[in-house]
Amino acid sequence: MSTTTFLDAKGLACPMPIVRARKVMKELQTGDILEIHTTDKGSVADLTAWAASGGHDLKEKQQEANVFKFWIQKG
Amino acid sequence: MRIATASEIAKKVIQKEPLFILDVRNEETFQDWKIEGEQVVHLNVPYFELLDGAGAIVDQLPKDQEIMVVCAKEGSSIMVAEILEEEGCSAAYLQGGMKAWSEYLEPVKIGDLKSGGELYQFVRLGKGCLSYMIVSGGEAAVVDAVRMTGVFTVFADGLDAKIIHVLDTHLHADHISGGRKLAESTGATYWLPQKDAEEVTFDFASLEEGASITVGSTKIEIQPLYSPGHTIGSTSFIVDDSYLLTGDILFIDSIGRPDLAGLAEDWVGDLRESLYNRYPQLSEDLTVLPAHFMMIKELNENGSVSEKLGALYKQNHGLKIDNEDEFRELVTGNLPPQPNAYQEIRQTNMGKIQPDEEMQREMEIGPNRCAVR
Repeated sequence: MSTTTFLDAKGLACPMPIVRARKVMKELQTGDILEIHTTDKGSVADLTAWAASGGHDLKEKQQEANVFKFWIQKG
Repeated sequence: MRIATASEIAKKVIQKEPLFILDVRNEETFQDWKIEGEQVVHLNVPYFELLDGAGAIVDQLPKDQEIMVVCAKEGSSIMVAEILEEEGCSAAYLQGGMKAWSEYLEPVKIGDLKSGGELYQFVRLGKGCLSYMIVSGGEAAVVDAVRMTGVFTVFADGLDAKIIHVLDTHLHADHISGGRKLAESTGATYWLPQKDAEEVTFDFASLEEGASITVGSTKIEIQPLYSPGHTIGSTSFIVDDSYLLTGDILFIDSIGRPDLAGLAEDWVGDLRESLYNRYPQLSEDLTVLPAHFMMIKELNENGSVSEKLGALYKQNHGLKIDNEDEFRELVTGNLPPQPNAYQEIRQTNMGKIQPDEEMQREMEIGPNRCAVR
């Protein structure tokens, strides 16, 4: 059973969303999901590239108003 | 850790000094657009791969040279520069990141005018845009102003000149014009070609071929010359009988593309007419000053971008295609990707949408793509 952990990175500027995401991801088990919300536009391309380079799986991303939401499964 | 400014990097690029850049943006962004220079060496490693330290890349870094760390805005580059210093490297970061690089303008004097006065070019190295200021007798005209209009007002103040005319050669599609903002803040007249301005939402003065515009008491003449092809209204300016400001019709090593504001097929004939019939009737001694450059090798030794019209007819491939079908194929068949957000940029330049500064920045991200080679 995978669990979903939520990380609120809204209002944080680069590089903090990824620094935080990486820290949380380290505590998770393979298959667990990290849900991150950000507002920094640069985080969209960076989180996508970071997930790929770390062997994680970006399951879904959404945008609601100015908030970007990501669901990344630990690989 | 040292802080480097965009101005400092611009001078290194122009003087062809060695520069080692560690670009920590993601690979796709880096591939699309980066700081270029003849002596610039890059290493691209995204910052998120360096969070555990720079040990893995240390052997790829120069030992006896400062490492310039660059990112999108500066946050990540500060962090990486700190990490590098922990490894014993000498590191600096670019203040403001690629955002600052994209917005930096380097003013270069092109020459003195015969009738008194000077002509300056403003080189936007990060974006390939060129703007101009013609100064004479305490008055100034600015051509193809970019959106960082403060640069022009400060520069004119420094020369004790009042900006009285602001002109755009055409409705730009690759960058946001500062023309309207500059004209409003200085009280200058804003001149646009009527045919490009059918849909604009603000008042302007219409550029007409043969109706000269003067600057200063010594009457520097700016003669509009209708030269369609990149856009239907594209207008060139002959300044002081010595300079030809070609806008996006003719560049140093390429020619304009006809597809950003309509159908390439419709305008290819206009482009050919301008380049193969209208310009050749002008003096070969005119110095061509375009609105863009594409590659850093187009820069002259002093950082300016210019060449005699006669020389371009000998060197520029786009001017040497005798066969009309071949020309048509070149400018319609194999076009580079269109600039980022070019439709929104055109709407902005028409006054139809009013994005805030942050949005304008986003819209202009990426390289300039106004030419075909």
